[in-house]
Amino acid sequence: MESIELLINRKKVKVEVDSNTPLLWVLRDHLSLVGTKYGCGIAQCGACTVWIDGEPMRSCVLPVSAVGKSAVTTIEGLNEKAEHPVQVAWDELDVPQCGYCQAGQIMTAAALLKKNPKPSHDDIVAGMSENICRCGTYHRIHNAVKRASEIASASNSSKKK
Amino acid sequence: MKTTRRSFIQKTALLSGVFSLGFDWFDSKANSGIIEQMNPVLDANRFNAFLSIENTGKVILYSPNPEIGQGIKTAFPIVVAEELDVDWKQVEVRQANLDTQLFERQLTGGSGALKHSWERLRKAGATARQMLLQAAAQQWGVDASSCKTSKGFVIGPNKGQKLAYGALVDAASKLAVPTEVTYKSRADYQLIGSFVKGVDNYKVLTGKPQYGLDTQKSGMVVAQIVRPPAFGSTLVSFDAAEVKKMPGIIDVVSFKNKVAVVGKSTWEVMQARKKLVCSYSDTSNLESDSTHQKWFDEGMKTDKAKVERKDGDFHAAIAKAAKVIEATYECPFLSHTPMEPMNFFADVKPGSVLLAGPTQVPQSAQKAVATLLGVPENTVQVELTKMGGGFGRRLNNDYALEAAELSSIIKMPVKVMWTREDDMTGGIYRPAVRYHFKAGLNEKGEMIAYYLRGVGLNAGNSTRQDNFPVGAIDHVLIESFNYNSAITTGPWRAPITNFLASAEQSFLDEVAVAAGKDPIQMRLDWLQKVKTNPVGKITYEPDRFIEVIKQVAEKAKWGKKGANVHQGFSVYFSHLSYVAQVAEAKIVDGEAKVTHVTAVTDCGEVINRSGAENQVIGGIIDGYGHAMFSKLSFDKGVPQQKNFDTYKLIRGNEIPTVEAHFVNNGIAPTGLGEPALPPTGGAVANALFAANKKRLYRQPFAGPDNANL
Repeated sequence: MESIELLINRKKVKVEVDSNTPLLWVLRDHLSLVGTKYGCGIAQCGACTVWIDGEPMRSCVLPVSAVGKSAVTTIEGLNEKAEHPVQVAWDELDVPQCGYCQAGQIMTAAALLKKNPKPSHDDIVAGMSENICRCGTYHRIHNAVKRASEIASASNSSKKK
Repeated sequence: MKTTRRSFIQKTALLSGVFSLGFDWFDSKANSGIIEQMNPVLDANRFNAFLSIENTGKVILYSPNPEIGQGIKTAFPIVVAEELDVDWKQVEVRQANLDTQLFERQLTGGSGALKHSWERLRKAGATARQMLLQAAAQQWGVDASSCKTSKGFVIGPNKGQKLAYGALVDAASKLAVPTEVTYKSRADYQLIGSFVKGVDNYKVLTGKPQYGLDTQKSGMVVAQIVRPPAFGSTLVSFDAAEVKKMPGIIDVVSFKNKVAVVGKSTWEVMQARKKLVCSYSDTSNLESDSTHQKWFDEGMKTDKAKVERKDGDFHAAIAKAAKVIEATYECPFLSHTPMEPMNFFADVKPGSVLLAGPTQVPQSAQKAVATLLGVPENTVQVELTKMGGGFGRRLNNDYALEAAELSSIIKMPVKVMWTREDDMTGGIYRPAVRYHFKAGLNEKGEMIAYYLRGVGLNAGNSTRQDNFPVGAIDHVLIESFNYNSAITTGPWRAPITNFLASAEQSFLDEVAVAAGKDPIQMRLDWLQKVKTNPVGKITYEPDRFIEVIKQVAEKAKWGKKGANVHQGFSVYFSHLSYVAQVAEAKIVDGEAKVTHVTAVTDCGEVINRSGAENQVIGGIIDGYGHAMFSKLSFDKGVPQQKNFDTYKLIRGNEIPTVEAHFVNNGIAPTGLGEPALPPTGGAVANALFAANKKRLYRQPFAGPDNANL
């Protein structure tokens, strides 16, 4: 057991855990941040995707000791009012069916758009294909990423004005 | 004695402030509506399904059926809100927990919920609307027929006469319940058929706890269970000495062939279980894929197959046929793999049991747990959580029973979680099945004889003996044969038809080619015959079949897409809905690839355009993905695929585009969670054949071995 300090969703927290514990289980079991989901435990499905310093990472295989001083962002920290362009687009297009994989999809999509604010259809398909959706919501996921890009771009241009 | 709904309401009808219309979603005799005063602070979940309207105008609708992603929690309230005539923004939807005194058929399965509840939902909304209207008319001293409603208001004939429902609650609650109500006309629908977003979207998008695996209860411990690795083997002994030394471990206990590791946190339990040493019984007779192939071969030859349907004289007719076509199709076992693996919470105490978790059948969980523990059913409470998919896996409550049994042994509240590996290797699969078809054509190329034998492994009757084209063919013989396998099986989205339809629709395509007929025209000719001169019992409506076929031919531009687009047709009736599909394949880099699917569905009235599209498109992607890629194989009883690295699910870069159209006929709604899946495998196989002239006989199609047997 070790005492580990983490920066999660802009807040400092301290947990007492084995340092090999994957970040996923620290979030879910020790910090009650259950929005990040367990799907496979071997970095195959993407349900556990969080950001480490803004980069999407599979929290199910990331030992908490490896996080260090990096900033962790989970679905709970993206935008609590669901006003992030990706959340807005996801709602507008009514993407979720069972919804279980969607936190991982959203975190992946939001990271994709940070790097590539105006992705082509192929960019979107390639960028999202590591995340499994068992309900088969892939079309709406792709369309929602595109829509989120439009929303973000409209809001940026209105800010400039 | 069973408490009646009315007596319960009377006991609790103490304070005013909420107008509550109880309506029975499941009992047609009791759906006339009952108006009572009720205490707003009481737990409204205790009532049968109902709507309530607060003085503020807020409308609360309780959805009794478990939500697995099929959208029922949004669809049911749409119907009530439509007939009640309220603004959707006024409506709050809540999930009702299991209450067997107040609900019947509180389950999710068989695509049956809307079919069952449509009339009840409409009547509930319309009854309340009529009473609110009556209350306003009395207040104004006008005739009710001169008043109308609009989005949560009653509007009178004279200027300024407009009252919100919330202001009429107290008066309306004192009126007698009308015995007859009028429904809105379809033309006036504002919500039904529109694009309504999922009522849980906000929670999903912000990561709020709502799934079974998110359950946290006071004093709760967590557990994982080690089960025998091979189907057919049993636990002989285990050594948990090392496990118990691991940090965070509370207990290790064994029951029914299983060893449960109980601890403080998930990761600690995951680590500790690796130290468990188990020995299992002799493994000489365990099943492998080769065993199953042998059984299929034998099952096709046996004279002990059960006759499921017989029209005319198949054997005599096939002997006289000018041309005979035969083909054999086969599918593997499949895991359901909902994204949320199995899990359940149980707290067994003297005198009370609390269960919480994802189940499609909460009432059978309650019953089974009561039987297991030897306690009265009414002491077992079940909280329903949203489910991260189900696909039929959660129709079996084995995982809920495990949690209850474990809690009763360790005397602690416990959440049992299955890892993905536990989930994939833990059984209750789509059964593996082999089908053999035979068709006899006369000189004119008409099918006069039709034969099907299904051989399944724990599949029961693997045929659907009354399905089209049966009814159009003079001489029919349908047989089934089942093997009892140690590998456990259960319903998987569109049970049996999920592969039967694929095989059958592929075979009929082969028949059309052999007969020199267009596959669509061939079906239309048969359906015409069913209308005029049916053979035996008919369980489908030929006109609805004809309509989806004609519409899909038009929408997909059947036969008019040019030489580079290869089309495959399929149509299937299941769960009382009709779905026709045209898949398109193109040659990409020398390989045939499915690029597009057009679907026309007749599920009667579409309640939620968004949800309906999701079910059809999702069902097609599900059907396509599993037909192409997925397989669970066995070696000496052990599943060979344990996680998503070896068990392939379709990903976003492998999907065809999909168009979902719906027949607009206003017929009472039928099922939609399953019917779009069965036709897909056949449409896809037929399109790929059109492109590369190779027939596909074994799923997964993308596997190495898909030739005819």
